Amino acid sequence: MNISLARRLVAVATVSAMGLLVGCGARVSDDPAAGGAGAACVDTSGSSVKIGFLNSRSGTMAISENTVYNSLKLAADQINASGGVAGKQLAIVAEDGASEPTKFAEKAEKLIRGDCVAAVFGGWTSSSRKAMLPVFESNNALLFYPVQYEGLESSKNIFYTGATTNQQIVPALDYLKEKGAKSLFLVGSDYVFPQTANKIIKAYAKANGIEVKGEEYAPLGHTDFSTIVSKVKAADADAVFNTLNGDSNVAFFKEYKNAGLTAEAMPVLSVSIAEEEVGGIGVGNIVGQPVAWNYYQTIDSAQNKKFVADFKAAYGPAKVTSDPMEAAYTSLYLWKGMVEKAKSFAVADIQKAAGGVSFDAPEGKVTVNGENHHIAKTALIGKIGQDGLIYTDWTSGKPIEPDPYLKSYPWATGLSG
Amino acid sequence: MEILLSQLFNGLSGGSILLLAALGLALTFGQMGVINMAHGEFIMAGAYTAFVVQNLLGDAGSSLLVSLPAAFVVGGLLGLALEALLLRRMYHRPLDTLLVTFGVSLVLQQLARDVFGTAGVDVAAPGWLSGPVQVFGVAFPKTRLFILALAIVAVVVLSALLAFTPLGRRIRATVQNRSLAESSGISTRRTDRITFFVGSGLAGVAGVALTLMGSISSNLGTNYIVDAFLVVVVGGVGQIKGAVIAAFVLGVAQSWIEYSTTASIAKVVVLVLIVAFLQARPQGIFVVRTRSLV
Repeated sequence: MNISLARRLVAVATVSAMGLLVGCGARVSDDPAAGGAGAACVDTSGSSVKIGFLNSRSGTMAISENTVYNSLKLAADQINASGGVAGKQLAIVAEDGASEPTKFAEKAEKLIRGDCVAAVFGGWTSSSRKAMLPVFESNNALLFYPVQYEGLESSKNIFYTGATTNQQIVPALDYLKEKGAKSLFLVGSDYVFPQTANKIIKAYAKANGIEVKGEEYAPLGHTDFSTIVSKVKAADADAVFNTLNGDSNVAFFKEYKNAGLTAEAMPVLSVSIAEEEVGGIGVGNIVGQPVAWNYYQTIDSAQNKKFVADFKAAYGPAKVTSDPMEAAYTSLYLWKGMVEKAKSFAVADIQKAAGGVSFDAPEGKVTVNGENHHIAKTALIGKIGQDGLIYTDWTSGKPIEPDPYLKSYPWATGLSG
Repeated sequence: MEILLSQLFNGLSGGSILLLAALGLALTFGQMGVINMAHGEFIMAGAYTAFVVQNLLGDAGSSLLVSLPAAFVVGGLLGLALEALLLRRMYHRPLDTLLVTFGVSLVLQQLARDVFGTAGVDVAAPGWLSGPVQVFGVAFPKTRLFILALAIVAVVVLSALLAFTPLGRRIRATVQNRSLAESSGISTRRTDRITFFVGSGLAGVAGVALTLMGSISSNLGTNYIVDAFLVVVVGGVGQIKGAVIAAFVLGVAQSWIEYSTTASIAKVVVLVLIVAFLQARPQGIFVVRTRSLV
């Protein structure tokens, strides 16, 4: 009796939950007038305004996204302490994306329609961003996305404060070319970012007379790199371009060192290893290897010293700051700049005012591009030091205008198609 | 020729890692029939033991040697606790065991995150294991040679234990016919406990070896548990020699297929080969012949 009763209850609950979902879906897609409704329900009459933080606080991405949440929180606290945004205090509504793209979409919907937040900050994986994109577009709301990604995207409802490919991968290739690399070996995890990045790298290599001696992909979570390292060693390229993600980096670099390969003989340039990851790989296994980002904890500027000191004061002296954390911190200040320039919290006004808004970020001065909603950032190639921090070895000298579709690079024609 | 040699070595080395991860399982799953999904987390516990020992001792060389027995004890005690608290209540209920041990594995993973943090940690390899040994122009990483040797020693010791000691005789008797063993005066409860201790302890040792190869984080165990079960199933339940052969065959196959294709394809091909093999021979390479009715 009990069991059948429980089953019936579950069935009823499931059916009603589905009904609810279908109902919501229908409302979003059928009613174009609802487009402005999400933004319109933002309440700016009081002394505070709501914003949403949407990060994975649980699941496999929590390790990375918790750090982004922490720096967003730090920025919000600082802004509140110094008088808020346009005189209004920020009230944070935090949601957990739980490392599931569908969860991100669902929670974004909730933040926009249920909590009526003025803007949402967060997301990490490209799949989470792709899942949220239609939600923000159909509700005409704003998302600030803080992580470097594979480019080829530009939504008027998203501001991308991490690097696009021409601010990270292309400068990294310029760097290797300048250092005299005539041949490359590409190693990456088997999913969209490395595959796209390698397409760009191969087009660049072809145009610049660099030979690509090999291209290897390992499944995410792959732990045995003996064969891949054998292939790398046999190919004897001048440098390795590494787009591996997560734990695989640890296994790869341990194998690389144990096979007798060194940063001097064959440097491995990585685009997914920041200060946070170095400890897990072991400094001894990766010291001297180059990485490509737009921010390092060691940047010598007043803004960065303050950011690092504030972060350590808030979260502990052992904490390090990394590129995505800095991009998240910057994103909140850029939104503040946009709101104050537009003198409005409305999405349409912000979109209009966004172009040219700049901020003296820890990484240096960044400026929003009003056309593609990315930001101009300075590219920095760093080398990993004995202390596990990353030291700038090469810089683009000035901020690089974002070009997510690589339209200004003749060799890249056909890539975005 | 060099490639031939180095790929053969990579295969044997991959096999030795699989074998270390699977050896304890061959004992607990193979001999006792317990599906222990938390075996991977015992491996993780071994790896974290190496991390703790290294932080206590400081010196990478001696800490590795101390870690091996320490991790054996840590893994063994975890196994003993699992057996005494949960498993002994559900022998002959494989589905319940599977679910319970899966739950335990999640608990242990979270515990590791709470204690050691979510970011991976590093155990430095001792100086005498860094770099390769050059033979015939081929570089053999010393860490991999060490793991290969460790796997061989573990198999030899375990086989000797099973073949020549009174404890080994009791374990084999219990596996082959539990009721007959019991009526001959063997305490099968006690035998089960010791078997589980040894099997889980071997997982701890495997964990120490893995610190030389890859990342040490809360999901270390999940990376190896499936492969470990595959080795035991292919090898044939109840046989150590089956696991040994299966581990090396899978290791060599993986590295060869990976060399001529890609890592992703190799994984798929190896799995397909395993499925095909099990279709033809569901009992695995070797099978224990027993007159027991159960």
